Amino acid sequence: MSNSSSGSSGSSVVSAQIHPANAAPLVTKLADQALEDASRQFAFTTRLDDIVAWGSKNSLWPMPYGTACCGIELMSVMGPKYDLARFGAEVVRFSPRQADLLIVAGTITEKMAPVLVHIYEQMLDPKFVISMGACASSGGFYRAYHVLQGIHQVIPVDVYVPGCPPTPEAVLDGVMTLQRMIGEHTPRPWRDNWKRPAFIKSV
Amino acid sequence: METTSQQFDLIRSDLSQFSLGTSVLSPATIEKFKFLTTPVGDDVLEVPREAIPALFRVLKESGRFDFFMDVTCVDHLNQMAGRTRRFDVVYHMFSSKTYSRLRVKTQVGEGETISTISNIYKAANWFEREAWDMFGVVFEGHPNLTRLLTHHEFKGHPLRKDYDADHQQHCSSALPLHFTDDATFKPGDRQLVPLNIGPSHPATHGTLRVMAEVDGETIARANVELGFLHRCFEKMAETHPYNQVIPYTDRLNYCSAPINNIGYCKAVERLLNVEIPPKAQAMRVILTELSRIIDHFVCLGANAVDLGALTGFFHLFTYRELVYTLFEKLCGARLTVSMTRVGGMAQDAPEGWFDDVLDACKKIRGGIETVEGLLTGNKIWQQRTQGAGAITAENAIAWGYTGPCLRAAGVGLDLRKAAPYYMYDQLDFKIPVGTTGDVYDRYLVRVAEMHESLKIIEQVCKNIPEGDYTIRDKSIVLPEKSDVYGNIEGLMNHFMLIIKGLRR
Repeated sequence: MSNSSSGSSGSSVVSAQIHPANAAPLVTKLADQALEDASRQFAFTTRLDDIVAWGSKNSLWPMPYGTACCGIELMSVMGPKYDLARFGAEVVRFSPRQADLLIVAGTITEKMAPVLVHIYEQMLDPKFVISMGACASSGGFYRAYHVLQGIHQVIPVDVYVPGCPPTPEAVLDGVMTLQRMIGEHTPRPWRDNWKRPAFIKSV
Repeated sequence: METTSQQFDLIRSDLSQFSLGTSVLSPATIEKFKFLTTPVGDDVLEVPREAIPALFRVLKESGRFDFFMDVTCVDHLNQMAGRTRRFDVVYHMFSSKTYSRLRVKTQVGEGETISTISNIYKAANWFEREAWDMFGVVFEGHPNLTRLLTHHEFKGHPLRKDYDADHQQHCSSALPLHFTDDATFKPGDRQLVPLNIGPSHPATHGTLRVMAEVDGETIARANVELGFLHRCFEKMAETHPYNQVIPYTDRLNYCSAPINNIGYCKAVERLLNVEIPPKAQAMRVILTELSRIIDHFVCLGANAVDLGALTGFFHLFTYRELVYTLFEKLCGARLTVSMTRVGGMAQDAPEGWFDDVLDACKKIRGGIETVEGLLTGNKIWQQRTQGAGAITAENAIAWGYTGPCLRAAGVGLDLRKAAPYYMYDQLDFKIPVGTTGDVYDRYLVRVAEMHESLKIIEQVCKNIPEGDYTIRDKSIVLPEKSDVYGNIEGLMNHFMLIIKGLRR
């Protein structure tokens, strides 16, 4: 896919050759032909949705919400060997307002749940959530009094990555899955219908 | 380290010498003290609850025990035979000079209180809060007896036997900024900038919340909140057989998981009075030291990242991956290996693994030197770490510091030398010690420790003992798979160990 700036150079050809006030029919025809030729060389047509999705999926800015073991594996994912930068997602933001991908890596306890919701609400749309590992996805093997049994109870999750902790390859696969979902405009009813759970107060 | 009887004699003489002025510890009270030794050789002192503060004042003032290790409780709800009070409160003491240990036990009934000792040992402050949070035992006179681990809306005390392990209680909000000594605090009152750091902040590398008031770049005061990663390890351990607890221990210490596997299994083996074979000991030492190195990698890498030095992180993680590869070769997992079993290791090392370890050591040594080159003499690094967070040796002990942070403060305490286990007394290595206890010293101690660990690994790898990797006691260790599928005894052995857990 070529980039969008060649699209605008196509339109500048139009404005240079045709002035609507004194355009004769022949000139118009020639100009149309020229535009046609030029666009075949430099431009492409697309839908706005598609170009936005293409940009969005290749520049995911992750906010790592690392609370436990998965956070350490997430460091490996960002590290030199697995290098998340290859997928356009290396710009790690610790401010939720600058991030569009929340990677919840680690156990979320009952005490942490309101904080997680607060952070999620601060993120701007479009925003996506990857639940990394067994604990974030279901509470894992902590069926225990102080552990939230899956973050889906409080925020909408787009991709679950299984493992305890998942291998870095699995996390990369999760990111690629999310990229595919964004590119294909997969409907996300869990996101569209999400409401803050009743048991969590707004801040 | 004194023998049991020597230690008890010393404590007895301390009691008569130091307690003259205190009316509580009359000779009649001391008569009621029980000096016991457990079957595995731990010294236990059972005392009436009223004697606790006076006893600890004596232990502290005599200098016999300077290290306060832990306060915990035991709930005897279902084992009330022979006792009238429901809880045991257990104090663990340690001496940084003689390395001896003492356990003090007392009984507290439901609705009764026990006097705090946080005014005697500073480190007791949080432990008593934790004990109250978990068991509901009230420590009278405690300056701030509030919940430490569970959230502020939590009802009940989860480590009591009548609290169900899977009974969750949702939390509706995070606590606003607050300070322990200032109940009427409102942000902006004191013309200082209130600053909330965490629990999700890049520099916490985990889940710590620090509430601070800052004057420019100086912290005027700060308060800390924890428990955001309280995963109920103790309750989970109560509801699982011994071998099934091992995976939980990995996740308690996810930067160097094998160390916790080994610590836990070693404790169970001690209770069972089991000695593991030399090869298992050698593998455990190698795993421990590799883990120590990669733990320090995470610490130094993350620390440098926080100061803006991203390069060090990339270098260190390149070498951390080498160790991950070794772990993967050994057992298939990278981070949470769960490689030990009670009685030895889960499986033998694959062929050539020890040579791979030696190869990796060479590369890691180069990597550590590279990072030293980046940081040790670096002016920015020095200026931002020297003098920061300094602590004296006395304070470090009083607040219960351990590990490299304690050694950076100048206390040369390391259990590998103080109470050698496995083959550590036959190995040649040093304990690096700092002088000022600041962040720079902690960095230097960690770097030196990594070099010592490499030395240890190389010594062990060159002399791997022959023999089995685990004991073969049928009541403890699972049978080989060929026996499980090959004969009925093996099958039954496997079945009973899995269903009922190990028992003696």
